[in-house]
Amino acid sequence: MKVAVIKYNAGNIRSVAFALERLGITYTITDSIEEIQNADKVIFPGVGEANTTMSYLKEKKLDQLIVSLKQPVLGICLGMQLLCRHSDENNTPCLGIFNQSVKKFEPVNQLKVPHMGWNSLTKICGWLDPSLNEKYVYFVHSFYVPVNPDTTAVTDYTVPFSAAMRRNNFYAVQFHPEKSSDAGEVVLRNFLNSIE
Amino acid sequence: MLTKRIIACLDIKDGRTVKGVNFVKLRDAGDPVELAAAYAEQGVDELVLLDISATTEKRKTITNLVRQVASRINIPFTVGGGIGSVQDVAPLLEAGADKVSINSSAVKNPDLIDELAKEFGSQFVVLAVDTRKMSNTWAVHTHGGSFPTDKKLFSWAKEGQERGAGEILFTSMDHDGTKNGFALDPLKKINELLKIPVIASGGAGHVFHFFEAFTLGRADAALAAGVFHFGEIKIPDLKLYLKKNHISIRM
Repeated sequence: MKVAVIKYNAGNIRSVAFALERLGITYTITDSIEEIQNADKVIFPGVGEANTTMSYLKEKKLDQLIVSLKQPVLGICLGMQLLCRHSDENNTPCLGIFNQSVKKFEPVNQLKVPHMGWNSLTKICGWLDPSLNEKYVYFVHSFYVPVNPDTTAVTDYTVPFSAAMRRNNFYAVQFHPEKSSDAGEVVLRNFLNSIE
Repeated sequence: MLTKRIIACLDIKDGRTVKGVNFVKLRDAGDPVELAAAYAEQGVDELVLLDISATTEKRKTITNLVRQVASRINIPFTVGGGIGSVQDVAPLLEAGADKVSINSSAVKNPDLIDELAKEFGSQFVVLAVDTRKMSNTWAVHTHGGSFPTDKKLFSWAKEGQERGAGEILFTSMDHDGTKNGFALDPLKKINELLKIPVIASGGAGHVFHFFEAFTLGRADAALAAGVFHFGEIKIPDLKLYLKKNHISIRM
């Protein structure tokens, strides 16, 4: 299996790479359009700001490439948000795979923003292993995707939001599976081993 | 529900863990990679690697160490100690660190907080604030608590938040090592004042102290070093105790 990790100006690519190594998966970190097109699975990681990242993707023509991919694609954190139609983070038009608008958390009841730390997955369905229900995974984000028909896991923080989604060959998680201990490894295995 | 976080701190000098460590089944307790892996296995939520090497030359070993730790453990970790510029941080993040903590260098040059937040995002920037109570105010200290500055805890933490820090690591030097509990009053006040998460540090000696930090002190996370290293408090026991006492915790 050839796994391509999309290389761009994101901070956590190395962590994703290490997580794949721990699972014994060989991968390439690349921004080559041909290499990404020819991969069996594509991972679109991300930590950063939506607007800057979209500009970077456009400059490298990776925006057109990502939406045209037919193999399974996994968006992580900002990667998931960029797969949506629009982000309120600096009013950024995004890739439009998920027909959702990304919202900002409002601090309420002494809950702080960013949402940082371990929170539980609920209402697991679709591509994620049912054993992940009530398991804790690691989040760091200030923006969220509301619960919608593509949602495959829900987490609560000020509001219920999409912890995971799927539409056709596009899979996405708001948390960081590469930093989520054993539960995170289950998620990566689900994507890498259980999806055709 | 978002859980409270338990953080273990490893002091690293010249690539080795300092402070005696009393971990069973550990081949080399001085090896930070082994120790980090052992903590991750025990269920700690995050790690802090604090480089206390005396010279810049020796500090360069930390990048290599960060890479080894990142390849081994699957939980988030922060790297601190001796970070003075954006240039110091880039190799640490490239090596797999999730966050960096800055302290003395930020006091000396507060713009560093803005620069790091702009370059890498707020979630990467932990502002460590070491304080001691001096004539009724909490004075910020640098260089591991050695030098008092004219900055005060509450205004400095607020400034850090406004400049783009993603988290505050609040240490009371007065409480550090006493095992008498965290500095609850300033902890509560700082948590009410800030919109970003606060990590309590200094004074952990008993599982009850963590309970207090999370309830009375309203901390988002609590950090300890010695009591964990010497096995006086075991991570699974601590978590079970907190869970039994209705603190949201990852088991």
